[in-house]
This record gives sequence, structure tokens and C-alpha cells, in this order.
Amino acid sequence: MRLDDTEEAMRAGRMGAARRAAIEQQIQVGMTFDAEDFVQVSQVHLMADTESLGESGVEYLEAIAALPGEERRVRVPTITDPRGIDLCAYRKLKQAERFAELERRAIAALRALGILMTDTCINYQTILPPVHGEHLAFGDTGSTIYANSVCGARSNFEGGPAALAAALTGRVPRYGCHLDGGRRGTHLFEVKERPGSLSDWGALGALIGRSAGSYWTVPVVAGIDGTPTSDELKHFGAALASYGSVPLFHMLGVTPEAPDLASVFDHQPPEPQIIGRADLDGFYAAFGRHEDRVDVVVFAAPQLSIVEMQEVARLLEGQQVHRQTALLIATSPENKSACDRLGLTETIESSGAMLLKGVCFYQMYARELGEANGWQRLVSNSAKLVNIVSGYGYRPVLATTEACIEAAVNGRM
Amino acid sequence: MGERRIKGHMGVGPKASGIALVARDNFSARYDLDRLQGVFSRPTHALHGQSYVDMVLVLHTAKGGVATSWMLREMKSRGMSPAALLLNIGNPIMAQGAAFAELAFMDRFEVDITEAIRSGDHVTVDPGAGLVIVD
Repeated sequence: MRLDDTEEAMRAGRMGAARRAAIEQQIQVGMTFDAEDFVQVSQVHLMADTESLGESGVEYLEAIAALPGEERRVRVPTITDPRGIDLCAYRKLKQAERFAELERRAIAALRALGILMTDTCINYQTILPPVHGEHLAFGDTGSTIYANSVCGARSNFEGGPAALAAALTGRVPRYGCHLDGGRRGTHLFEVKERPGSLSDWGALGALIGRSAGSYWTVPVVAGIDGTPTSDELKHFGAALASYGSVPLFHMLGVTPEAPDLASVFDHQPPEPQIIGRADLDGFYAAFGRHEDRVDVVVFAAPQLSIVEMQEVARLLEGQQVHRQTALLIATSPENKSACDRLGLTETIESSGAMLLKGVCFYQMYARELGEANGWQRLVSNSAKLVNIVSGYGYRPVLATTEACIEAAVNGRM
Repeated sequence: MGERRIKGHMGVGPKASGIALVARDNFSARYDLDRLQGVFSRPTHALHGQSYVDMVLVLHTAKGGVATSWMLREMKSRGMSPAALLLNIGNPIMAQGAAFAELAFMDRFEVDITEAIRSGDHVTVDPGAGLVIVD
């Protein structure tokens, strides 16, 4: 890889040990993907939940935090993905004190690096929306695919250590989504019926993700009648990235790089794969239904926008969550403050639901959480969440927002 | 059968060897593993219930989220990681995680790696040379 003077200085250790280690890691990754040089980034989004970090990851952060200020501080604005513990709610959720203590240590270390603890995966809705052509280092699959596809910004998946490295160096290896050639369409899908609900959009993303199959494919979606909302594209992209490890899609007539087919394919477009209502229905049916009992209903993954929060509050108004069922709703700290101010928190919590801030369910030690509370039968409107949690010991079911609320109130489906 | 040498793209991490655990399935540490027990926990995974600890994991492609990049090092710190990870098609997360964990990782082989290696084979992985040797 070609290095400029600043990169050479970092590699030589003249800008401190942390930056040297960071750029060495980045060079290894860059060479693996044939990057010729680095590209500077304007912001970093860092996934560093303590379940993923573990003790060793927190110790790694603390070692950087102990360095002198000029060696430890990030070089570009850096914000955080959801945490593993909501320190206002963990006792009620029966989460162990040792997890909270690890969380406090991680937060202290991250702050010492100058990182803004935004604790959100919907940063593109709530913090600083990416701009067309902007090079980023985003560290959540959902935020990355939204930034690339909907905003036309440029980021690869930068997992926690890689996003931290980008924060310390201010750059990333230039490959994949940073290059024009990595953004061309490879697969074509034609949607015969516009998805109706957020869970429908997630199901569509899941089906395309399964079919696309690898990080290096770029699905192009045709046939969407009417511009989707930010929340619809959020659920679609999060599921696509979750099921397919895909960082970028184009939607004809919707996303900025796809005004028409000729703009996204280098040659003749491939034959489209057709997706209709029956495919979506089949996707739901594969999860079955919890007709006897529901242990927990979860709205998360991604965290809810303020508009989703209003909808959940409207559906819950005057209702009570069943005594044998828990209802968890996760949003960003900024949206939680807005919910407090707008009266949505009161409506939601008076139903018996728990409103969590700065966390996401699958990042909250989901296995231990389920074991402590006796939760297995889970219902969610998030196709991403139901994909993840079966490995954590849950039996998940995908349902619409309305059906989720009904399940929470009735204690069954 | 004698020694077989399989070329792939240059990978990351140190040279490593171990017994292969192979499946035509995909991989995410968050989605698929019980990292405390060291086994595949996702019920629908082809390796469900099997231990991956100290094995050379051979799978088709990377999937899912970003957590694997922290988790490989976390598993290694407890002596509960695979010895190496070989994929037909990797993604940035696997390479980033392997670089951070100093764990051998390779992808993009000249053959379908899930067919070229069988579970139980003894395998040596040399990421710097882009080479896998099956003894």
C-alpha cells in the first residue's frame, strides 16, 4: 500500500503506540483486500458493546485510555453504537452486576479517547446524517448499509477494532464500497408487491440477503411503487445486511446512485429474481407462531425512530401488557429524551412496557438475559432480530408491529 | 493420500495448524456460537452442537454483523477460539477481527475450500504465503 507522510509517521510510531498498532492492523486488512492506499474519513461509528468486547476488549481500551492525551485521542468525530447495558434498567432486567461494572469501565475508557457516547445504531436518523460521496468508517451493518445505499456515502463494514483504528488514524484502507467499481450492481430483484409493514420490509431484505449471499454482491431492487420512508428502508437494509452480509443496495428510482438500470449495471442487467407476496408470507410462516404463550416482545434492531415510538405508544394507549409477558422497546438516548418531553414515555411505561435507551436487545447479553428471566418465546417486528437470537437460545417469531402489541397484551399470538 | 497444497489470497494473522472442521454453511461468531461453551449453538447451523475450539474452521462465507471482529480476540483470550478460519468468501469483519486477534484467516481459494478439505484432515494455514497445506 502507498502511504503518505502522516501514515508513515504513524507506522513509525512517531504519533504514539496506539496509532502505530492501529495503522499496522489497517495495512494488514488493506493488503488482504488489495487496497492501494488509504482514504481519509470524516466520521467514525464504533461498535463496542461489552458482550462483544469481553474482559480482554475492555482491557485493550483501558490500555489506550492510559496513554498521554496526544496519543490516545481520536482524530475524527467518533460516536458509539448501542451499549450492552442500560444502567438505568439492568437491575429490573436481572442483569448481573459484573456486566454493569464492565460497562462502566468501557464507558470511562471510551470517553478518555474523546469518543461521543451516542449509543445508537440509528445515527443516520438522529446524530449526523451521512452525505453523498462522504467517506466514513461505520461500525454497524445497519448504519453502514443505510449510509451507503440511501445517503450515497461510502463505508465498508468497520467492525469494532477496525472502527477504533480508523478513529485513531483518521482513515481506512480504500477498497470495496470506497471504490466506484465496488458499488456497481451484481444482482437484480423485481418486487411484485410493495411491502406493507416494517416487518414486511425486513422480510424483503432478508429474502434478498439470503439470495445475494456475500459481502461483495450489490443487489439492485426494481418495482418499488412509491418512495419508502426512512424507517422502511432502515428495516429493509438492516435485514439485508444481517442475512446477506451485504453493505450496499440500489433501489431504482429511490436511492441516489440508481435513477435507472443503466446507471447501476456495467453491462446488460442480469435476469431479475421475482419476489412476490407469497414469498414474504412464506418467510413469516417459517418462524411459526407462539399460540400458547409469549415470553417477551421486543422492538429493537434497529432502535426505534421517534415516529416508530409514537406508533408503539398509540397502539399501547389504554392497554396493559400481560403479566406473564415482557415488552421491551429500545431507542437512542436522544429519542428517549424526546419521548420524555413529548409524553410518549409515560404512555408506554404506564402499559407496563419497558423503554430502554442506548441499548439493543441482541447486544445486551441476550443469552444470559433470557436465562435470568425465563424467556425463550420471543416475538418481534424486526427481521434482523429474529435472525440473530435463535443462536442465543430463543424461539423467535416475526410479526407486524400491531401483532407484536397484541401478543404483548394477550400474552400469546 | 500425500500432502496437498491449496492456494488462496494472501490472508492475515500468523501461521497455524490444526484439525479441520468443515461445513457448507456460513459464519458469524454472534449469530452461530455459544462462545462460553465453545460450540455452534444456532439450531439450523450445519455444525450445531460441535466444538470449534482449536479447530481449523472451514466454511463457505461470512455473514451477519460486525461483532465477530471483537469476539475472535475475546475467544482467544480465554483459549476458546478456533485455530484458524478459512472461508470461500470472506468479508472485512473477518479480516479485521483476525488481524486484531492475531488469528490465521484466509479466503478466495483456487478451489471450493469446503470441498477440498474434509473434517478431520490435519491442515496448516500460512496466511502470509496465501497457502493451505493438507497433510
